[in-house]
Amino acid sequence: MAGKIASWLAAGMIGAAALSGCNPQSSENGGNAVQTAAPAEEEFNPRGQILALSCASCHGTDGKSEGIMPGFYGKSQVYLENALKQFKNDERYSTVMGRHAKGYTDEEIKLIAEYFGWACQQTTN
Amino acid sequence: MDHKFTRRGFNKLVLSGIAGSTLGAFGAATPLFAAQKHVVVVGGGFGGASAAKYIRKLEPSIAVTLVEPDSTFYTCPFSNWVMGGLKEMSDIAQTFDILKNRYSVDVIHDLVTEIDPVNHSVKLKGGKELKYDRLVVSPGIDFKYDAVEGYSEEVANTVMPHAYKAGPQTELMTTQLKNMKDGDNVLICPPGNPFRCPPGPYERASLVAHFLKKYKPNSKVIILDDKEKFSKQGLFMKGWQRLYSDIIEWRSGSMGGKISAVDADAMTVETEFGPEKGGVINVIPPQMAGKIARDAGLTDSSGWCPVNPITFESTIHPGVHVIGDACIAGAMPKSGFAASSQGKVTAAGIIRLMQGKVPAPPSLVNTCYSLVAPGYAVSVAAVYKLTSDGIVSIKGAGGLTPMDADDDQLSEEAVYARGWYRNIAQDIWG
Repeated sequence: MAGKIASWLAAGMIGAAALSGCNPQSSENGGNAVQTAAPAEEEFNPRGQILALSCASCHGTDGKSEGIMPGFYGKSQVYLENALKQFKNDERYSTVMGRHAKGYTDEEIKLIAEYFGWACQQTTN
Repeated sequence: MDHKFTRRGFNKLVLSGIAGSTLGAFGAATPLFAAQKHVVVVGGGFGGASAAKYIRKLEPSIAVTLVEPDSTFYTCPFSNWVMGGLKEMSDIAQTFDILKNRYSVDVIHDLVTEIDPVNHSVKLKGGKELKYDRLVVSPGIDFKYDAVEGYSEEVANTVMPHAYKAGPQTELMTTQLKNMKDGDNVLICPPGNPFRCPPGPYERASLVAHFLKKYKPNSKVIILDDKEKFSKQGLFMKGWQRLYSDIIEWRSGSMGGKISAVDADAMTVETEFGPEKGGVINVIPPQMAGKIARDAGLTDSSGWCPVNPITFESTIHPGVHVIGDACIAGAMPKSGFAASSQGKVTAAGIIRLMQGKVPAPPSLVNTCYSLVAPGYAVSVAAVYKLTSDGIVSIKGAGGLTPMDADDDQLSEEAVYARGWYRNIAQDIWG
């Protein structure tokens, strides 16, 4: 129920949410029952989706990590974009993430962050 | 393996995707009233299970049936850890319960014996016939047993395991290692390129050496290699020098590494410099696309399946997508990670095609961890994009663990290797 409310709220706040990300507190209560719903309209950039799907192999589906890799589900678009750029520019220590981030243009990094911002809004409990 | 695309060819690939989707749009009423679209996926490994899960996750209106013979899938990744005594078989066992129950994938444990790409149907060994709108084939590899004289599936199952499909083969080799007499040698015989998991034999040599160091201090690992060089070679060699200098010996193809025959009774392999005796003999034969892909005519003369690199749709049979080790994917290695990446790109592509939309250009990734010893791992990564030369790895990105990585970094990589396994397994089957 909490998730449904969150998604109603989110629907009215898409502009704001794009900047702040969705609230991890309310979205993660559903645990394993969370599933991404299909978009009614094309609300996401398909290129962003294709780029973003890669991330889950190490960070878990939707960025919900069960292993030691940091999860990023619920993080804001701004946070994700900054973090990826820092990895890309070796401003943030990593073993392998810097090697990955260098594979994307700044525009692609923005699309990835945007997609996760969007996908986070779509999760319903 | 070197498939170049001309600019015109590249445009044609994009156009064929559009043409396919236009036909799809003509053939169906508006999606709201159309009969439910149905995708059949052949094979429940890294590629097939990823495609099945992600089609259902991203577009729940599409029905997905996954046909996989086994109710438990044992992953090749981490199977070397089992041989090294660091993991149990249960740690590499994946099941299909979550795909069935949470993602409503119709999982049928049966074998696809026939693909009819004209009538869009597959036949199962159990007698069932399934119709599909699109088919995803992810059959993995089969072995060219006859490439090595004296070797056969029977010899592999009883005396000289390949242990290159995880499961009973992994158990056989693990048991043989445990039972081997101290002082006998383990022979590992990797094939020439291309083959599944290029660093696999060398991680295996490392973890077998770790096991021998502990339990059979008088035994050695001899790698009889068909090749002159191998994946992550510098990093492996450095690790071996540090940890296993008197245990692992690598012989390249030109230094007597090539094997021509085996003798299962004498427990020897034939090299250019004469017979070599082993207590455990691991023959990894040359490989080709899995049987169903060959039977369905999806392979070319290389033994692998040519595909459109945007959607992994076969360039031979329209409506049939081939992913994973069986397909020809440009610069991508044949790895579980690559297969999963292809599975997701294919899922997104199929959804777009079924919606009458143009698929987005692919973005693909591979990351591969190899354990040299507990607390000591190395990795290789790459990000791939599509160009007029096909799928290429992006310059300036990816690459290896640095040669001068310190012990802390190598130990971090080992921790991340475990984290990676947990998350990719969850992303595919969980």
